[in-house]
Amino acid sequence: MVRRTTVGAHYGFRDWLAQRVTAIVMALYTVLLAICLICLPDYSLDSWRALFSGGLMKFVTFLFFLALFYHAWVGIRDIWMDYVKPTSIRLALHCVTIFVLLGYAGWAAQILWRL
Amino acid sequence: MSKQRTLHFKIYRYDPDKDAAPYMQDISLELDGTERKLLDALTKLKAKDDSVSYRRSCREGVCGSDAMNINGKNGLACLTDLDALGDTVTLRPLPGLPVIRDLIVDMTQFFKQYHSIKPYVVNNTPAPERERLQSPEDREELNGLYECILCACCSTSCPSFWWNPDKFVGPAGLLAAYRFIADTRDETTNDRLDNLEDPYRLFRCHTIMNCVDVCPKSLNPTKAIGKIKEMMLARSV
Repeated sequence: MVRRTTVGAHYGFRDWLAQRVTAIVMALYTVLLAICLICLPDYSLDSWRALFSGGLMKFVTFLFFLALFYHAWVGIRDIWMDYVKPTSIRLALHCVTIFVLLGYAGWAAQILWRL
Repeated sequence: MSKQRTLHFKIYRYDPDKDAAPYMQDISLELDGTERKLLDALTKLKAKDDSVSYRRSCREGVCGSDAMNINGKNGLACLTDLDALGDTVTLRPLPGLPVIRDLIVDMTQFFKQYHSIKPYVVNNTPAPERERLQSPEDREELNGLYECILCACCSTSCPSFWWNPDKFVGPAGLLAAYRFIADTRDETTNDRLDNLEDPYRLFRCHTIMNCVDVCPKSLNPTKAIGKIKEMMLARSV
């Protein structure tokens, strides 16, 4: 078993920056969605479907979800890094988190493009 | 000047040679009104019960040795006004570090992190005849950085340092890191940034600013950490 403490994985800055960039993407999308909702002619299922039927809306919504999942990945990984010390358990949790988030991304695409 | 009153201490006590576990002890102390700072009262308490242990040295906020947790907030006993404390004072050792005895903690881990950032100017250019000069503007950049007295109030109030004291440099170490990154006489800026480019060493800081809240010298480690991140950004884009 390795007993020495090791640091120096060079992705700290990249993920810190990615978390900020994804936060901005999500904030902009939230404003955009709020404006779109205010501009809806009525609050019915039809106008909701019409809002998401455009290719651009699908694209930006999917971009929002990707930003959300990357943001969540960095945040959840931080929690595992703080509280889960054994490397094997942490690796397993990292993998589960990645697969769950990838699954969510696929699911989001499926929901968006079947509308 | 304060008036005569009784101060009720609740002090964390632990002597590993005698006690199976730490406990809180209630001790009352009569103040005659001449005491101004918490350290004055502690000195009086030590005369009454010499088993109470704490570190102290300069008694004027320069050495940083009497850092402790005072009514739930880290601070220096010698800079804490007694009048501001009320009649009951709860004293505990700095959180997150191993306790040696009573209010004395083992600061090995704290200094290990401090040394890991190489707290000295590295310059391999042959030294000039007199000294390496800086412009007043370059020197100005070091204000608010060099004054740190390494009392550990900030690092031991930081949850990220509690969870990862072996990997996260901590606010005190990062303030010192920026002090040398910002120093125009230092030639190893890139190495220093590389040394912190890791998910733990710098980026465990989530900007909750406990460090700024407790610093007895009113320094701002969060601002220094932000500047390190800015420099990393500037060199990567």
